[in-house]
Amino acid sequence: MKLPSINYASPTSVAEAVHLLAKHEGEAQIISGGQSLVPMLAFRLAAPSLLVDLRRVSGLDRIEIEGEAVVLGAKVRWRDIENDSRLATAHPLLAEAVRHVAHYQVRNRGTVGGSLAHADPAAELPAVAVTCGAEIAVVGPNGDRRVKADAFFVGPLLTSLAPSEVIVALRLPAWPPQRRWGFREFARRTGDFALAGAALFYDVDVNGRIANSRVGVFGIDDVPLRLLEVEKVLDGTRPNGAAFAVAVARARDTVTPRTDIHADAEYRRALLATMLERALQDAAERKNGHA
Amino acid sequence: MPDLPINLTVNGLPVSTEAPARMTLADLLRERLSLTGTHLACEHGVCGACTVIVDGLAVRACLMLAVQADGSEIVTVEGLGSQDGLSALQAAFRKHHALQCGFCTPGILTTMHALLLSEPSADEARIREVLSGNLCRCTGYIPIVEAVLEARASYARAEAAE
Repeated sequence: MKLPSINYASPTSVAEAVHLLAKHEGEAQIISGGQSLVPMLAFRLAAPSLLVDLRRVSGLDRIEIEGEAVVLGAKVRWRDIENDSRLATAHPLLAEAVRHVAHYQVRNRGTVGGSLAHADPAAELPAVAVTCGAEIAVVGPNGDRRVKADAFFVGPLLTSLAPSEVIVALRLPAWPPQRRWGFREFARRTGDFALAGAALFYDVDVNGRIANSRVGVFGIDDVPLRLLEVEKVLDGTRPNGAAFAVAVARARDTVTPRTDIHADAEYRRALLATMLERALQDAAERKNGHA
Repeated sequence: MPDLPINLTVNGLPVSTEAPARMTLADLLRERLSLTGTHLACEHGVCGACTVIVDGLAVRACLMLAVQADGSEIVTVEGLGSQDGLSALQAAFRKHHALQCGFCTPGILTTMHALLLSEPSADEARIREVLSGNLCRCTGYIPIVEAVLEARASYARAEAAE
């Protein structure tokens, strides 16, 4: 057998799961789809003594579109997002980003909560969460709290989630229907992790100028990042090629990409510039917010 | 920790067994049930060779704990054809030479079977997108795509007959 020896529990409520985590502080880990955690176990990169499976916990698998937010339960799978036709208008950036997540078989089991907890620097959902200023709802021994996405991801595969806390939902702020957006990533093979990617959106004010721009990048640094400098460049300008060129140049200067066996820093920088440029063009062409 | 009880249905037959928590669904099928058609290669969710169908969905059996399949209905490659012959999808694979060494074939057959059951009119782009989760180092994929495209008709007919 490939996986390390391990204990297993399948509680029926979040409260019971939190209790189990607290009892085994630091030694227990939540499992749901297992699409990130089981490979981590296989490689011995994770070796908890107890797996707490959420499979019998109900109520975490809903996609709710409330007046002010899109709320994804922690057990919502990629396939559920893909099959929910409401999201094409309720959150088109999310819908597009999720199209790029993993392969068919993994999409059938991988979950929102798992992706957030795993915190891969090249993953799409954490990038969308940071770009949109989403909140991650967690439950711990002292009750529940909401963590801003940019305070949640603290390093590669590292989050600010406490050892006895459970992620229960991701809350994405309301998406105005006229908002313009773009999402681009480059991966060597469909469904693989991106070498570099950009997720962005902006609104257009009554004078036809960019307002409220948000530019997120992933696969570049240790965590998904908003490029605040680039947002400053964009806000107040007219959405055209000249403005985008200035923004892309600023992005090149701002980022400090990592080097690994897949790509060196300079290649990542060039790739990000191309992805960002294309995402900005896509946004400008989506006049009504739709493709 | 003592072994955990697991009750599931495999290729239409009820199975009651026990397994340690660390045992994957792939190992349960191969080692406890001797269903060695489910192949293991990478064992960390990259190659797709171990794909089986769990409650109608294609999943990687190396990334699912056996205990997580408790209460589920499983279809493996052994469940696709019958004693009398190959399924339409399998026959199309033979006709189009959609395999050479055959190691990846069970995972590709189960994946494409699950796909065509839910999307019998999947186009070539969709088939290729879904196929991206399965590695084949022999065929270059072209004959696989041709076989799946041809097999679509039998799934469409089955759907119409229901």
